[in-house]
Amino acid sequence: MTTETAPPAKKEEEEKRESFFSLFLQNLWSANTVTVTILSIFLALVIGAVLIVVSDSQVLSYFSYFTSRPSDALNASWDLISQAYGDLFKGAIFDPAAVQAWFDGTGTWQAAFGPISETLTYAAPLVFTGLSVAIAFRGGLFNIGGQGQAVIGCITGGVVGFAVGLPVGLHLLVALIAGFLGGALWGFLPGLLKARTGAHEVITTIMLNYIATLFLSWLILQNGVRDPERTDAISKTIESSAQLPALPSPLRVHLGIVLAVVATAVVAWLLNKSPFGFELRAVGVNPPAAKTAGMSVAKTYTLLMVIAGGLAGLGGAVQVLGTADKLTAQVAGNIGFDGLLVALLGRNKPWGTLLAAILYGALRAGGNLMQVDAGVSLELVTVLQALIVIFIAAPALVKAIFQLRAARSARLGATMAKGW
Amino acid sequence: MSTATVEDLTEITAPKSFWNRQRRLGAALVIIGLIAAVVFGSLAESKTARFTLSEDAEGAALSINGQFGAILFGIVTIAAGGALLAGVAKRWQTWLLGLGIVTFVLSFLCWQVAGKFLPLVDTASGSLELALPLILGALAGVLCERSGVVNVAIEGQFLMGAFGAALVGTLATSVWAGLVSAVVGGVIIAAMLAWLAIRFLVDQVVVGIVLNLFALGVTGFLYERLMQPDALKYNSPPRLPEWRIPGLADIPVVGPVLFDTNLLVWLALILVFVIHFALRRTRWGLRTRAVGEHPTAADTVGIRVRGLRYMNVLLGGVVAGIGGAYFTLVSTSAFNKNMTAGAGFIALAALIFGRWTPFGALGAALFFGFAQKLANYLSAVGSPVPNQFLNMLPYIATIIAVAGLVGRVRAPAADGVPYVKS
Repeated sequence: MTTETAPPAKKEEEEKRESFFSLFLQNLWSANTVTVTILSIFLALVIGAVLIVVSDSQVLSYFSYFTSRPSDALNASWDLISQAYGDLFKGAIFDPAAVQAWFDGTGTWQAAFGPISETLTYAAPLVFTGLSVAIAFRGGLFNIGGQGQAVIGCITGGVVGFAVGLPVGLHLLVALIAGFLGGALWGFLPGLLKARTGAHEVITTIMLNYIATLFLSWLILQNGVRDPERTDAISKTIESSAQLPALPSPLRVHLGIVLAVVATAVVAWLLNKSPFGFELRAVGVNPPAAKTAGMSVAKTYTLLMVIAGGLAGLGGAVQVLGTADKLTAQVAGNIGFDGLLVALLGRNKPWGTLLAAILYGALRAGGNLMQVDAGVSLELVTVLQALIVIFIAAPALVKAIFQLRAARSARLGATMAKGW
Repeated sequence: MSTATVEDLTEITAPKSFWNRQRRLGAALVIIGLIAAVVFGSLAESKTARFTLSEDAEGAALSINGQFGAILFGIVTIAAGGALLAGVAKRWQTWLLGLGIVTFVLSFLCWQVAGKFLPLVDTASGSLELALPLILGALAGVLCERSGVVNVAIEGQFLMGAFGAALVGTLATSVWAGLVSAVVGGVIIAAMLAWLAIRFLVDQVVVGIVLNLFALGVTGFLYERLMQPDALKYNSPPRLPEWRIPGLADIPVVGPVLFDTNLLVWLALILVFVIHFALRRTRWGLRTRAVGEHPTAADTVGIRVRGLRYMNVLLGGVVAGIGGAYFTLVSTSAFNKNMTAGAGFIALAALIFGRWTPFGALGAALFFGFAQKLANYLSAVGSPVPNQFLNMLPYIATIIAVAGLVGRVRAPAADGVPYVKS
């Protein structure tokens, strides 16, 4: 399965350069990356709509006399779904009413840009955790430990943020570096174990996730970390000198998204242009061959996990220095696991991961409005995110549902399959 | 044949390392024994530690001076490690290792319990109850993975099982209907896993992780839409009754733990025996192992690889779904968002720590259940040892196991590799 994916990809890239536009038209209804991605999102939204309807007792009651008067049930369902998904859009991209108000002079520009700001705020940490998973994937490692690495990044970044006194600018830099190093340490452990003993990184990183979470829940109760003025388990507030500068309130978007774009560029360079990137891709495709060519597989694995862990740690630090500004047991949320989905959706390519993270941020931001306004639980967003990735990971399924033509490239083979 | 000679040569020339596995284990035991004897011994109060044979402080008890006990058991640990270092016969290795670890735990207990009491019956039954979902989850993993399908979705199967049990159990006001729908819930996730992994060849770890999120989302969504607004109508399932077997339940310690309990405990323990026997002695078991180790060879002799894998994954879904029922029908009496809280991953850890065997999984699950129960107990009596660190034990133990520091664990050879007929 894996072997046939790599070489044709390059060939296809060359073809693409020849006549991108005509190829685009030809491939519009074939099982290429873009079509499958869009159809996957569409399918997920359809299933989500079904869930919305079946969980609404009001609408369900209309379905009891569906055969005699179907319009009632259909209209009610349509209203419910369009309100929910309309809110999803308004909360994530822009609200036409707010934009109209801004143009008329009755509203502020902050209200018009609020949804985009929220989307980018949620996307920023996901970019880092997504890149962490993506780069590890390219080297043949499955880093499920993004969550744990992000938690440790939260801890080290946060502790430097409130415990160390440094001038403005330098403080933020040191806190971010601390986040990177914390995550790197948490990635180094499974990397070293993989390189030295062959312990499977999926198992070790899952276990390290839980160890990190338990450590965090212990740490925030300790004197010196815990906020002495509060009774609940919460740490001191991070000093303003260590917080990521943000746009004026109520907009929440902060420097983190800029850093995320920079990180994407760095990872893209590292993967595609640097000698290390070449080595890690070689190791990812065929470890024995890489070894024969004189590369140290063990060293590559260890270094790769250090970088992947560091990226996830940065994601945690961005989360805590950007929006959370305190450590709590839930400070990292679910960014590590979401990063996994983001990387899969972005097909383990740096810029694809960035786009996927923004899509997930948009779903999350829109989900908030959907919950408040349409009364549809935010959990629907989790379902949508999971479904999108299920369809992305099984392109054959999407292909069969929509009767797509076969893709010209073999790039859409099932995502790499390997054992423990 | 030429390769064999090369291997022979290297074996002759390579000097035998003094630090073989046995000596490394021995050294590790000596070190933790020293910690036990010196640190635990000096920290322990010189008061009586009572291990009562009941559910509370009353009744007969095994008593020992806490400080004396901590030092004594620590010394036994050192002695076991010393024997391994000295190089005893290989057949004693497992026994000495077990002795060293048990005495280390006893030393720790003497330190913690000094001046207090530890009710043994309560500890044992609590450990077993906490281990119950882990046993069932790990057994589900055994069924899947021995036939070559990695099952990371145990957590999702638990959640769907727990949700199904709560919803249908409430609507039908029948605990048995709840149990059946828990099975259905587990099988739904298992069927998705099987279909995507076997039919569409998607990476099994990816599917597992995504299915966990899917189950978390679906159950959380329906919980907020249905159960939260009207808990009485949708989320108040009946409890599984506790049955007492007269006679057997009067045996001290063992009786109340094993024979005055709910159906799931017996079911789990029976399943351990059944699956162990079936894997080793039946045609189905032989075929399962063949498919998990070398599917091509199995196919050659006419075994339907994919069909068998489908069946085993679905059977695993049944078992994991029952494990999910524990959360809503036994431990609490209502569903809650993400109520399994990582139990599925501890079950996965138990599966790996137990080396993919039913009895290994049982032992690992009991050990993890004991660690959790101990953590609860220690935080209740106000121990200086933070319970978070005790809760880390299953995870640390698993990392040590897969890193090969204590024995080597090996997954079925074809675990996670989809089979494509060529």
